[in-house]
Amino acid sequence: MTATAERPTTAWRGFRTGPWSDEIDVRGFIQANYTPYEGDAEFLTGPTRRTTALWHRLTEMFADERARGIYDVDASTPSSITAHRPGYIDRDQELIVGLQTDAPLKRAIMPSGGLRLVENSLKTYGYQLDPRVEEIFTKYRKTHNDGVFDAYTAEILRARKAGIITGLPDAYGRGRIIGDYRRVALYGVDRLVTAKLAERAALDDLASTEDVIRDREELAEQIRALGELRHMAASYGYDISGPAATGREALQWLYFAYLAAVKEQNGAAMSLGRTSTFLDIYLQRDLDEGVLTEREAQELVDDLVVKLRIVRFLRTPEYDQLFSGDPTWVTESIGGMARDGRPLVTRTSFRFLQTLYNLGPAPEPNLTVLWSPRLPSGFKRFCAKVSVDTSSIQYENDDLIRPRFSDDTAIACCVSAMRVGEQMQLFGARVNLAKALLYAINGGRDEVTGVQVAPAFPPITSEYLDHDEVRAAFDRMTDWLAKTYVEALNIIHHMHDKYAYERIEMALHNHPVQRLLGCGIAGLSVVADSLSAIRYARVRVIRDDTGLAVDYVVEGDFPKYGNNDDRADAIAVELVEDFMKKVRQYPAHRGAVHSQSVLTITSNVVYGKHTGNTPDGRRAGKPFAPGANPMNGRDRHGLVAAALSVAKLPYDQAQDGISLTASITPTGLGRTEDEQVTNLVGLLDAYTDAGGFHLNANVLNRETLLDAMAHPENHPQLTIRVSGYAVNFIRLTPEQQRDVINRTFHESL
Amino acid sequence: MTTTGSVHSWDVSTAVDGPGTRFVLFLSGCPLRCLYCENPDTWHMRDGHRTTVDEVMAEVEKYRRFIEVAGGGLTLTGGEPLLQPAFTAAVFRRAKQLGLHTALDTSGFLGARASDELLADTDLVLLDIKSWDPATYRHVTGGEVVPTLEFARRLSALGKAMWIRFVLVPGLTDDPDNVAGIASFVSTLDSVERVEVLPFHKLGAPKYAALGIPFPLESVPTPDSDLVRRVREQFAGCGVPVH
Repeated sequence: MTATAERPTTAWRGFRTGPWSDEIDVRGFIQANYTPYEGDAEFLTGPTRRTTALWHRLTEMFADERARGIYDVDASTPSSITAHRPGYIDRDQELIVGLQTDAPLKRAIMPSGGLRLVENSLKTYGYQLDPRVEEIFTKYRKTHNDGVFDAYTAEILRARKAGIITGLPDAYGRGRIIGDYRRVALYGVDRLVTAKLAERAALDDLASTEDVIRDREELAEQIRALGELRHMAASYGYDISGPAATGREALQWLYFAYLAAVKEQNGAAMSLGRTSTFLDIYLQRDLDEGVLTEREAQELVDDLVVKLRIVRFLRTPEYDQLFSGDPTWVTESIGGMARDGRPLVTRTSFRFLQTLYNLGPAPEPNLTVLWSPRLPSGFKRFCAKVSVDTSSIQYENDDLIRPRFSDDTAIACCVSAMRVGEQMQLFGARVNLAKALLYAINGGRDEVTGVQVAPAFPPITSEYLDHDEVRAAFDRMTDWLAKTYVEALNIIHHMHDKYAYERIEMALHNHPVQRLLGCGIAGLSVVADSLSAIRYARVRVIRDDTGLAVDYVVEGDFPKYGNNDDRADAIAVELVEDFMKKVRQYPAHRGAVHSQSVLTITSNVVYGKHTGNTPDGRRAGKPFAPGANPMNGRDRHGLVAAALSVAKLPYDQAQDGISLTASITPTGLGRTEDEQVTNLVGLLDAYTDAGGFHLNANVLNRETLLDAMAHPENHPQLTIRVSGYAVNFIRLTPEQQRDVINRTFHESL
Repeated sequence: MTTTGSVHSWDVSTAVDGPGTRFVLFLSGCPLRCLYCENPDTWHMRDGHRTTVDEVMAEVEKYRRFIEVAGGGLTLTGGEPLLQPAFTAAVFRRAKQLGLHTALDTSGFLGARASDELLADTDLVLLDIKSWDPATYRHVTGGEVVPTLEFARRLSALGKAMWIRFVLVPGLTDDPDNVAGIASFVSTLDSVERVEVLPFHKLGAPKYAALGIPFPLESVPTPDSDLVRRVREQFAGCGVPVH
């Protein structure tokens, strides 16, 4: 896209020009202007007194928030980019300004996604929805949630209720869309509007089909949202119609753009993108010009991160129970390599990680390191040190991502890669594959309720399960499941586009955008082990008097997924490949490219709760393993063997990400910190080299977690990684806390 | 290759039995009966799986690339690897042909059975000196300390890298003179790279329960941090890092 505006001379002083100067191309700007940093962490500075005081002010509010569930809420103003007056934590002390509402931690309501969710959440926390809002969103304005339920089929409703298809974004924002917030800093709003007008004008010559009309309307909405963004910034006293001219402005402009997104959308995951190296160009220019010190640069980053840590959404306790705590998935992707072989690591990559020391550990922003063995040693060692000290970061395989996406790719949510500004995801939660296996055995009846949920295929009636018979029945059942699943997702995303369109996030994408359909599976290790038990041991079925299979007795031993044993691992690989193939058979909303993840976050606990006894010997109600992890206690040869099993899962058949969570005690990494860092770097290099996609590294003692369960007040900031995400440990339910503790602790890795 | 050994199990671990990330092979059979033993399931050779060197190496092969990238190697432990010296030597020979770092975890009680060829293929010896005082050593292990000391001197003469390990058990091995004896002996050795003081733990207790054997140290407490610090300080004079 070309823009007619003249090149800004002041804001872009000193930048190397290129194609990015004439068209919207942030990647091109970064590649032409960034300074790779190959040194160590020595240059970093601690928090200023101002930062510490500001953060302290908030941490006192967090205690109240934890006690009451929410700190405060504006129950009468449906949120929009411009709905709330400016808000401040401490106006004179903030370097980067802007809050979602007019006060910190005060949540907003976003009824366009679904009114019931808003009403229920408010009721839970003792607030009353403003009757006028209720009237508007029942009488005059339909919500996404209403639209979805108008179009759901009876079959989808049954599958949803039974929990074989779950977590669907049909009552809340779908999220997993990353606006390219950097564009606002680099180009200013006016230039982006010009570009969008050009995209809109290019559609004028096309026939006005339904698709084209929708595109035109959406572009018009995007342009309107950009205007609102400018307006919102102006209410804080900033004119962001032109590009940012300093480091501080670049952070502020970028943050305003992100803020507009979180004012407009209560998305399941509201990720930030890949901003640190972009911002470094501005901070480095200020440092070079002598107008900024290292201390000031760090202080700016600390202040931005403070803002990202207090993003809040109003959600129901059920939602929080599913996903632990109060997640927002403000994911920031750091590091990685450029296509030309230079590391995309800058001093600001370090500065982002340093916030975990300056402000203490925290789950948000969800700091995600794109790892490659080729990253500079100083950066790798600093990442490993941060993991050992805080357990707050996750790792994803840059060598898998870069060739399949690009070197300007960011992670949305936990493990979902997308090219920034070019791709977006239609989030699809996940299906419960373990339940599908039980349905296969029971001819589509639910093993807990006995209800006929799936079509009545013939049940398996033999006393001992026959592998080929079960496999064929599972195949039929997952055919049905994939079809029902994709249909549900198509309905959801049709309605989301219609009633809760992400105007500002999409304004910060190119048109046309490439859509990805993010399907997902849960219970992989349960099904793999079950099929292995059926194949390699003998599994006897116990049925109730209605003929429903309710329990299984395993006679003999069998290979288990997670021991780097091909006999079991091959089953897991096949399950991933098969389900991907099935999902691909059904056309997706607006031509989206099908994808899937093996990720559960903490929902493995809830899925397990709703799933009966399984043929691998797992008891009814017991948690599944998280993500692609082997089942608790079944990996007998240590973390490396388990990790190599997980690394066999083919990323090309699960490009939405494959998650592995590992808990390691400090002594399981080494006797000294230096040794721990060296060994963790080695493990990350080797896991990446083996094709592993994702690793959550918790370096913690079991005793610490037990103490935190007993004395939460002593561990306010204890952070641990769960599948794809970090949580504040003391905000987990007791059930989730026990699950985390019981999960295989790799005492010696 | 037809050499076989009695193998208990294997795992891949980091920073426990030698440097980096290692394939750790546990052999079955041990001539000692240390009161604090954490692996009572490895005492008897007859309980192990008869395994060929090829079978071991096939399993190692699955981890070779990982270990090369991560940094680490292969460790033989047990049980007592030197109870099966030919098998141990054969596994190490193959590991060296693959370029893997090798570590031998031993009490040294059977050090005389280690051939020069075996030691030539050994990069590091993790030598457990379980006590200095002969009576204490006998009480703790049921064996004699002299062979271990002789083995240590031989390794020193060969310039073979050693990590000296000492399990600290309150009331059993913690006598200051007992510790001082080991420390001054270690000072006379030339090729010791570090000393590891391993605080006694009871993680092996469930194994005793499963085997129906009473755990002799059931009521012994684990050492407190003051005691661990005192003993580490006693070793500090050896001139090598103490962990």
